[in-house]
Amino acid sequence: MIFSLAVYGSPYTYQSSDSAYQFARELLNQGHEIYRIFFYHDGVYNANRLTIPPQDEINISSRWSSFAGENNIELVVCVASALRRGVLDDSESRRYEKDTHNIEQNFTLSGLGQLIDAGIVSDRLVTFGS
Amino acid sequence: MILHTVNKSPYADQTLLSCLRAASEKDTLLLIEDGVYGALKGGEYSALVESAAPRILVLAPDLEARGLLDKLSTTIATVDYAGFVELTVTHDKVVSWF
Repeated sequence: MIFSLAVYGSPYTYQSSDSAYQFARELLNQGHEIYRIFFYHDGVYNANRLTIPPQDEINISSRWSSFAGENNIELVVCVASALRRGVLDDSESRRYEKDTHNIEQNFTLSGLGQLIDAGIVSDRLVTFGS
Repeated sequence: MILHTVNKSPYADQTLLSCLRAASEKDTLLLIEDGVYGALKGGEYSALVESAAPRILVLAPDLEARGLLDKLSTTIATVDYAGFVELTVTHDKVVSWF
């Protein structure tokens, strides 16, 4: 089956991004396809590559990034949610004349239409709320 | 047939009660994250959860993470992540209450 996930929770505050990650891994274990993982609201903080958790804790953004890279999964961050929370890619950073950008590798900024598209294309859309 | 997930403790939030009002008897309700507090034996919500019309299940890893494996109501079954995925396949859609 084709699955997409929506993640609404900020990492290190809510469990939802960990739940989504465990669920996503199990989907692949069972041979399902993940079409897209969409990060919305405070979920956009999952894409901040400048987070530095203590060494004995999980780095949530880099864990998503490795998972997506190894399994060729699209991680999409809602651009409107991201900009107002200071999660920027190179082009948005230039557009708004900021001195840096901070989106983690393998995440892309895009519009809410990508969540709607994921709902249409996938057999199941599973939301992990904050 | 809908799979409902509830991730909030009923001691802190109305999501479980809202979900139970909306769910039909053919549906399944999976308690995840802090939602597992709703299924403790002898708790304020145990009678409600044990007699609810939809089937109620609990995500075992979240129960275990909170040290509550031996506090679960004896009439409620658990699933692991493999079971969670299977539930999303066997139900037509998933509604998340949070």
